[in-house]
Amino acid sequence: MITNSSAARRARLAGMTASAAAMVVLVSACGGTGGGSTASPKNFSYLSVTENTTVKTALTTLSKGACRTANEDLPLKVETVPQSGLDQKLQLLAGQNALPVQFAAGNAPALTQQLARSGHVADLEKELKKLGVYDQLQPAAVSTIKALYGGKVEVLPYEYNIEGIFYNKRIFTDNDLDVPGTWAELVAASAKLEGKGIQPFSASGQQGWPLTRLISGYLYRSLGPDALQDVADGKAKLTDPQYVKAAQEIADLGRKGYFGKGVGSIDYDTAMNQFLTGKAAMFYMGSWALANIADEKQNTLGADNVGFMPFPAVAGGKGAVDQYPSNVGLGITLGAKSFDSRTGDWVSCITKNYGATALKDQGVISGFKVNGEVKDATAVTGQVRETISSSKRNVLWFEALFSTKATTVSQTNAAGLVNGSLSPQKFMQTVQDALSAK
Amino acid sequence: MHRVLGDRKAVLILLGPALLVHSLIMLVPMVWSLGYSFTSGNTIEGFTANGLGNFQRLFTDPAVHDALWFTAKYAVVVTVGQVVAGYLLALLYVFFLKRASALVRTLVFFPVVLPTVAVGLLFQKLFQVAPQTGPVNSLLNAVGIDSVDWFGSAGHAFWVLIVMDVWRSMGFYAVLLFAGILDIPEEVLESARLDGASGLRLVRHIVLPMSFPVLLSSLIFSINGTLKAFDSIVALTGGGPGNATTPLTLYMFQTSFTYGDYGYGSTVAMLLTVVCLLVTLVVFRVSRRDLTEG
Repeated sequence: MITNSSAARRARLAGMTASAAAMVVLVSACGGTGGGSTASPKNFSYLSVTENTTVKTALTTLSKGACRTANEDLPLKVETVPQSGLDQKLQLLAGQNALPVQFAAGNAPALTQQLARSGHVADLEKELKKLGVYDQLQPAAVSTIKALYGGKVEVLPYEYNIEGIFYNKRIFTDNDLDVPGTWAELVAASAKLEGKGIQPFSASGQQGWPLTRLISGYLYRSLGPDALQDVADGKAKLTDPQYVKAAQEIADLGRKGYFGKGVGSIDYDTAMNQFLTGKAAMFYMGSWALANIADEKQNTLGADNVGFMPFPAVAGGKGAVDQYPSNVGLGITLGAKSFDSRTGDWVSCITKNYGATALKDQGVISGFKVNGEVKDATAVTGQVRETISSSKRNVLWFEALFSTKATTVSQTNAAGLVNGSLSPQKFMQTVQDALSAK
Repeated sequence: MHRVLGDRKAVLILLGPALLVHSLIMLVPMVWSLGYSFTSGNTIEGFTANGLGNFQRLFTDPAVHDALWFTAKYAVVVTVGQVVAGYLLALLYVFFLKRASALVRTLVFFPVVLPTVAVGLLFQKLFQVAPQTGPVNSLLNAVGIDSVDWFGSAGHAFWVLIVMDVWRSMGFYAVLLFAGILDIPEEVLESARLDGASGLRLVRHIVLPMSFPVLLSSLIFSINGTLKAFDSIVALTGGGPGNATTPLTLYMFQTSFTYGDYGYGSTVAMLLTVVCLLVTLVVFRVSRRDLTEG
């Protein structure tokens, strides 16, 4: 019999060895080594999204300039992933205990808080106070961070943005329009522009959030600054009539064609481009757009022709126009386990120098103090900076306190709301359902 | 040979390694996934037992119902479209173009080798309404019809998706069915023609029954592929507008990896597995009966 021969035994042995080897390979491939997050990191590793180049560029500048010493001890190493893949990457790295030293902590604050609850995120208030640099954060930025992250400082304010409506001054003057102070005036101005064949707003329905921001803008003006906190606390529902009213108002703008054709297919860059090339009169956006406005290649209007107005008041509403929606951009945080003294050196250098570097090189306003004299790139930058320093109470945005799921549902359905395929009632119901799902 | 294959130890040695690797990379994750469907949580916060909670949620979740309905609708329409278009093309190759069909076959097969994402982008541009008017809308405008926002409403987006997927894969089914029709003996066709059968009657009574087994294989291929469609939908519509073109596969992916709810995502995956299993069983039953009859 062939099976009794030594050849067969060898074959059996070889087969078993191969199987065992395959198993070892598989098992070792499945298990993470988790080197990145353990004590004493080798690099000041920084994971962020490909779309955001501001922070990456400024950190690289700092590593060669003001933070050179920190960089020699712990070299900066940048890694980026597309924004749509960020949450997945973080879950994977956190599961393997391999988070980098500094990282963009998710597309929604909900994920950052999840990471913090499971001990992956450093308590930055404590750490910065220990380093003696907590006062380098602007108080307005700290209050925004605390409002977003359940009263804790879980991220650094690499950006500090307020949002409002940028408008084309030339179009407004040519059509004898004043800057609208109320919602009714805004709608009337839009109607006038539309009548003259000028598209009133440019907005990206593909992103969705530029549309839902209008809903929250209306809600904050009509119901007051706690409108969405009440929803988060369960005191109110998005399906309540006064909330549906806000969605109705925005849907009406869409129904009248004020966002132009095919708003659902317009991506972020196209919307920006439409405004900056004079194809639309108004553009709801955050102050991060100042970088684009200052860029002569993108902005064919000239920076002087761009004005900034707050979201208008709603007659009889409880909110005020000086309550600006604010955010700190994509939340960037530091890992708890890798926060050692060398990381501390980097962080204290960043807090002292980032504000001036980002403003000077890129015209970006951060939530760090600007140390040293920096001239504003454009008049509208100055206007926005002034607004930030004088604002007393800030509000958040529509999805700020939503779960990741409700955020996605809201943003993917926004285009349907303005193109009429989804009624305001149904839109709010869909988002509320996603919010109520555990 | 018979002696070797009749020996249990030899069979074990020959099959063992492959079976082991297959079990490790296919069966273990499946069982693992089944295990996850009784938990809630994710890799960040850890998993906690959730009993039958996810399954209860599956029955009440309107998004699952929408996704299941869309999956069924999409699978049936695309399968019918792919196989019918493929069969008509195959008939065209064999009976009309005959030896000259090579060039047309190559051209129609071309989309099969294109990356799905490229095809998705191509169709986005073809049907776009803004910022530039795409060729399809330009054509509509030329005959006096207003532009249509193809990706703005559920109904339109569904049909663009169908057109794209049929266009993308009909070349493959055409080649498959072409081979099946070529296999029909020339004498049979010849004698049918002598008996006066031509055109539709020839196809109906001779070609269709004789190419039935390969037609059935095409159906099985197609329905299995379309039930699990993911890439073409993500590339073209991303599941939108809203969740109007979200199949179970995409919903499962979003639930697990975007919303970080691995347990519920696994439960949705189980539902998809059960659906695939049922469809496969039905198709096999039908095919067995027909083959024995034929």
